[in-house]
Amino acid sequence: MAGGIVIVLLILIAIFAPLIVSWFGHPPAEWHRDKIDPAIQAPIGAFGGISWDYLFGVEPTTGRDLFSRILYGARISLLIAFFATLLCVVLGTVLGMIAGFFGGWIDTVISRAMDIFLAFPLLVFALALAGVIPDKAFGMSGDTLRISLLVFIIGFFNWPYIGRIIRGQTLSLREREFVDASRSLGARNHVILFKEILPNLIAPILVYSTLLIPSNILFEAALSFLGVGVRPPTPTWGGMLAEAVHNYDVAPNFMLFPGLAIFITVLAFNLLGDGLRDAFDPKAR
Amino acid sequence: MTEPQTQPATQTATRTARQGEPLLSVRDMEKHFPVTQGLFKRQVGAVKAVDGISFDVYKGETLGLVGESGCGKSTTGRLVTRLLEPTGGQVMFEGRDITHMSQGRLRPLRRDMQMIFQDPYSSLNPRHTVGAIVGAPFRIQGVQTDNGVKKAVQDLLELVGLNPEHYNRYPHEFSGGQRQRIGIARTLALKPKLIIADEPVSALDVSIQAQVVNLLEDLQNELDLTYVVIAHDLSVVRHISDRVAVMYLGKIVEIADRKSLYATPMHPYTNALLSAVPVPDPRGRAGRERIRLTGDVPSPLNPPPACRFHTRCWKAQEICKKVEPPLAELAGGHRVACHFPENAPGSPDTPAAGKDEPVTA
Repeated sequence: MAGGIVIVLLILIAIFAPLIVSWFGHPPAEWHRDKIDPAIQAPIGAFGGISWDYLFGVEPTTGRDLFSRILYGARISLLIAFFATLLCVVLGTVLGMIAGFFGGWIDTVISRAMDIFLAFPLLVFALALAGVIPDKAFGMSGDTLRISLLVFIIGFFNWPYIGRIIRGQTLSLREREFVDASRSLGARNHVILFKEILPNLIAPILVYSTLLIPSNILFEAALSFLGVGVRPPTPTWGGMLAEAVHNYDVAPNFMLFPGLAIFITVLAFNLLGDGLRDAFDPKAR
Repeated sequence: MTEPQTQPATQTATRTARQGEPLLSVRDMEKHFPVTQGLFKRQVGAVKAVDGISFDVYKGETLGLVGESGCGKSTTGRLVTRLLEPTGGQVMFEGRDITHMSQGRLRPLRRDMQMIFQDPYSSLNPRHTVGAIVGAPFRIQGVQTDNGVKKAVQDLLELVGLNPEHYNRYPHEFSGGQRQRIGIARTLALKPKLIIADEPVSALDVSIQAQVVNLLEDLQNELDLTYVVIAHDLSVVRHISDRVAVMYLGKIVEIADRKSLYATPMHPYTNALLSAVPVPDPRGRAGRERIRLTGDVPSPLNPPPACRFHTRCWKAQEICKKVEPPLAELAGGHRVACHFPENAPGSPDTPAAGKDEPVTA
C-alpha cells in the first residue's frame, strides 16, 4: 500500500514536474555559475549549496538546480522503464506461454531464441546501434528517438527473463486438470491459453514486472553513463549518478539525491509488487 | 489378442433395457506412449498403457472399470473422451468413429460426452468463480440458455445440492466434496449422454464418498445418464455399477455383470482383488482367505508375453506363458481372459495351489 502511494506520487511528480519546478526551483537546464566556487568548481555553501532556493543544492561546475533535474529525471527514467517493461512483459508472456503450452519444436525454437538473447552482448550492441542510428530516424528525432531506442533495446533484450518464468509456470499449469476439463468441453487452444492459463499467471507477471521496472531503470542509467542513453542536457538519474562519481567528495548531494531517488523508486515498486500479488490472489481475500 | 465382441451381453439387470446399438463402442483400442532416448530422440520402446481393449457401453447403464494403479484405467477414460488419441483400434460414439477425429470436428460431439475428474482441487481453475466454472460449457459451446447463463448455472448448482447463492465464490472457499459437486455441475451443464467419471470419489473423505456416489446415482435416474466409472475402490464400483470390467496391465481380464462378477469371479486376478477388500466386521474376517499376490506389477514397457498375469498367478502353467487367453464368454454376459478360470461353469478347475474357494468380499 505504501509502495503504491509512493509510486502514484512519483508519477504525479513526473507529470507535473514543470509546474512544481516553477514554484520551488529553477529550470533544469539553467546555469547558475554564481553558485559555484570558481577555484575548485564545487558548489558554494554547506552540503552542495542546499538552501530554500535550491532544495537539493546545485550541480558542480554548472550550478544547475539539482531539485528540478531530479524531478525532470523522473520523467525520463519512469517513461523508459515503464514502456521497456511493458515490451518485456508482452513479449515474454506471449512467447513464454506459447513455448510452455505447445511444447515440442515450438518450445525448442523459442527456448533457444531466449538463450541467444540472454547470451547477446547487449551493451556492445547498444553502443553500436547508438553509433549507427542518426539523429533523425523512423520519423523521430532528438529525445523522442533516443527514448524509443532505449525502450526497444531494453525491452527487446530483457524479455527472456520473464519469458522463461512464464514458460515454466505454463508447463506446470497445462498439466492441471482444469485444462483437461476445459479441453473436454471443447475449448480451443487460444481460449485455454487466455481464459484458463493467463489468469493464473497474473501474479508472477506482476511480481516480475515490478522487479523488472527498477532493473530497467538501472539499465537505462548504465546506458546513459556509456553515452548511448538520452543525451545531455536532458537530465536522467543514471546520467547524474555517473557524473557525480567524479565529484562526490566536494558535492555529496550530487550523488545522494539521484541515488535516493532510484532507491525510493525501487523500494516502492517492490512493495507495490507484494501488495498487488496479495490483492490478486483469491486465497488472500 | 482379444476376440472381437460380437454378441453384446444380454442377461443383465440394467436400469434401462438395452436397446440395439451401444452408445459407446471400443474395439482393440491401444495407446502406446513412445519412450525416446538420446540426442536424436530415437524411440527405444513404448509404454503400453492400454494394449488392445474392447468393450461396449449401453444407454442408461453404468460400466465400472477397476484395476490397480498404472493398469491403464485413466488412460482408457482419456482415450474415450479423446483427450488422448489412440494409437490403434477404434472408438465409436453413437455410431460415429471418433478414433482419429480432429478436435474441431469433435467439438460438437463433446456436448454429449463429458468427463468428471479425479482431483477436485486441480480440476477447478482457482482464478474463476463458481459461476464462471459452471457456466464455461455454455460459453465454450455457444449454447443459448432460456433465462440467461446465470439462471442456468444456479439451477445446476441446486441440482447437485449446492447453494445457488454461492455463484460468485471461488473454489478454494469450498470443501473437497463441494468442489467435486461443482465439477459434476459443470459436467452436467450441456446435458451429456455419456459421462466418464475418472476416480470421481477417490480424492474424497469416506463419509463424503457415499454422498457423491449417491448423487451420481440420483442424477443418473433423473437425467437418464450413462456412466463409465473408473475406480480402484471395489466397494464403490459394486455400489454404482451395472457391469464391471477388470483391467490388468493395459488389458481387460474380466468383464461381467456386477452380481456375476462379485459372486463368481473367474479370473484369478479378480479373485485376488476381491479378497483384498477390507471386511469391516471382525467376526467375518476369520473365515476368509486372503490371496496375497507376490511381486510387483510388471512394467508396461515390457509386459510379460501371452497372459500378462502369469508372473504373479498361482495357477500359471506353461500354456499361460505361450498362448494369450482370449476374452471368452464363459457364462451369460460373463467374459474372462484366462486358461484356468475359477468358478467356471462346465469346465473343470485345475487349481495349482488349492485356492479354488470362491472368495467373497
